[in-house]
Amino acid sequence: MKGKDLRPVVRFLENNLIERIIAEARDIMCKLGIEIHNERILTLLADHGARVDKNTQKVFFNQSLIDKAIAATPHSFKLYDVLGNEAVDLSGFNVNFTPGSAAIYCLDGSTKTVRKPTTSDYIRYAKLMSRMKNIASQSTAMIPSDVHEKISDSYRLYLNLLYCEKPVVTGAFTIEALEIMKELQLAVRGTKENLKAKPLTVFSCCPTSPLKWSEVTSQNLIDCAAYSIPVEYIAMPLSGFMSPVTIVGTLVQHTAETLSGLVISQMFNPGTPVLYGGSPAFFDVRYETTPMGSIATMMIDCAYNEIGKYLSIPTQAYIGLTDAKSLDVQAGFETATGATLAALAGINNISGPGMIDFESCISLEKLVIDNEICGTMLRLVNGIEPKEDFPSLPIFEELLRDKHLLIADHTRKYFKEEDYLPGPVINRANRSRWEEDGSITEWDRATREIEKQLKSYQPTRLAENIQSDLIKLMSAEAHKFGMNELPKRD
Amino acid sequence: MDIIQELSEQLQQGNPKKAAELTQQAINENIDTKTILDQGLIAGMSVVGEKFKQHEIFLPDVLLAAKAMYAGMDLLKPLMLKEGIPTIGKVVIGTVQGDLHDIGKNLVAIMLKGAGFEVIDLGNDVSPEKFLDTAEKENADIIGMSALLTTTMPVMKKVIDLAKERQIFGKKKFIVGGAPLSTEYAKEIGADAYCFDGMSAVEAVKRFTSISS
Repeated sequence: MKGKDLRPVVRFLENNLIERIIAEARDIMCKLGIEIHNERILTLLADHGARVDKNTQKVFFNQSLIDKAIAATPHSFKLYDVLGNEAVDLSGFNVNFTPGSAAIYCLDGSTKTVRKPTTSDYIRYAKLMSRMKNIASQSTAMIPSDVHEKISDSYRLYLNLLYCEKPVVTGAFTIEALEIMKELQLAVRGTKENLKAKPLTVFSCCPTSPLKWSEVTSQNLIDCAAYSIPVEYIAMPLSGFMSPVTIVGTLVQHTAETLSGLVISQMFNPGTPVLYGGSPAFFDVRYETTPMGSIATMMIDCAYNEIGKYLSIPTQAYIGLTDAKSLDVQAGFETATGATLAALAGINNISGPGMIDFESCISLEKLVIDNEICGTMLRLVNGIEPKEDFPSLPIFEELLRDKHLLIADHTRKYFKEEDYLPGPVINRANRSRWEEDGSITEWDRATREIEKQLKSYQPTRLAENIQSDLIKLMSAEAHKFGMNELPKRD
Repeated sequence: MDIIQELSEQLQQGNPKKAAELTQQAINENIDTKTILDQGLIAGMSVVGEKFKQHEIFLPDVLLAAKAMYAGMDLLKPLMLKEGIPTIGKVVIGTVQGDLHDIGKNLVAIMLKGAGFEVIDLGNDVSPEKFLDTAEKENADIIGMSALLTTTMPVMKKVIDLAKERQIFGKKKFIVGGAPLSTEYAKEIGADAYCFDGMSAVEAVKRFTSISS
């Protein structure tokens, strides 16, 4: 019996409920239709047999079209780092973590206040990400405020590629931006074929709840599909506001919005790798907010992941983040609850580390803390399995003979894998040692860890000529928007 | 790499067999006994202790290095006796009367031995008289007392009070440890140090013996 057979799993939906949710979602797609603000896609879908009302821009899908799209969707795919090494395996119940994305603020560790991030913050983040061993990919985690807003998406990817070798979870804010973001990837991979063979990024593409795709995000879908660039569908139904208040009702809507994206991608380029993702939330009727730390939000995430798995499509979710404004108990509780559920549910790409305040703010301190939460979860999903435990007599004879097992071969072989040993951010010393070390709080331990990791940063091994190409491409793009030069990099 | 440096390295790697071989080789090559002890064995254990504090290595690695230390010390001890070289310090250790919990005390004893100290382990349920009689008879520098129960903690004070009666308080150092203990309690009863784990015990004993001077 191997460990993977014993993998602990959490489930919320029975198969007959999944089937009913999918059937209801398909019914909505076919009878109520999905609004798609993109002429080219309306034509594409009409050509593939969908009924299209160009006046209302509504597409009425049919069952056959949906079946074909599901059948064409890859059951798994991998991401590769800038050097072409395999880095992320999005298959089965594999769990990978990636930071949350596109925060407009950062929590400044030195002043403990919130401000808009700059290039310098972004570089610190990317360098730090290269050292986070439990977070498999990087993301375009925040929006630097010192560049023109029209390049704020591509500029993030550019910095990611220059400072960290890990693959990137990203997204484009405009149709035009995707073009330069594709060019940056081609500069790294060399050719379209190489990029297809070894995907470097995943692009988040968001439908607009309820039941709608904007021109930009739907165009992003087909532009990615044209280059076989993986996408993750990020439907964001808000229970009780922009979707039914019940979790099941929200799942029906999420399924319809996600499957409509799936049809667009697969009709445009069958076999385009995708993640069955999302960022739903259970709307908070007290504060008019979209809590990521709500248990209902997390249950919706885990449940749509089960629907994705039922359809044999790899999954993604924004989960394991917090609505707290600081690194407090709420932050830890919400992050760890989400990360635990996500890991047990087997969500393949878990977007969350580093984020606070409804994903509007990134904290590097939280990123290093979350790295330990991720490590803990990666251990958790490995489950329990016998490791030279049977027959048991010899080890107990050794224990009784030697009075302890601290230097037993068995101990030394397994102590590092049976438990996850976190770094100094997580304090497990006794109180006296903690006091002797200065009674350092979690926040200050995290700050120290950031500086320690940044000191150990190793520059990217990406070839210098490729780095030069990236700089040229980005400089030219910035020039289009009146920036004569890019911000200075340290 | 010279033989002493290699001895230190092998000890750090936790290789008792190699440590014994190299110690014997150093003896055969007439290297000064104190040099083998100080620059080979003790220097190696100091590196191990520092790495352990920094979480670069873990307790099993420390104890394995300690085992290598014993292997070397077993060969050096007869020479040290012959040459009149004192051990770096002698510790009498035990769990106090009424208390049978000795896991923590055992760990401290292993780590102290590993650091090169001579340890006389009295086991558990040790009376105040036995602590002091043994310390006087063995001419120990340090008395280490352990307790897990709040009900047995006061025995530590009895040991110290008895030491005062016998007028040996101040001539020997008293260190205490155990889950219910604290720095404040140690001060209150007149102990010289509260040791919250094995490594802090090693550090305290080093402070109170020739290692620190």
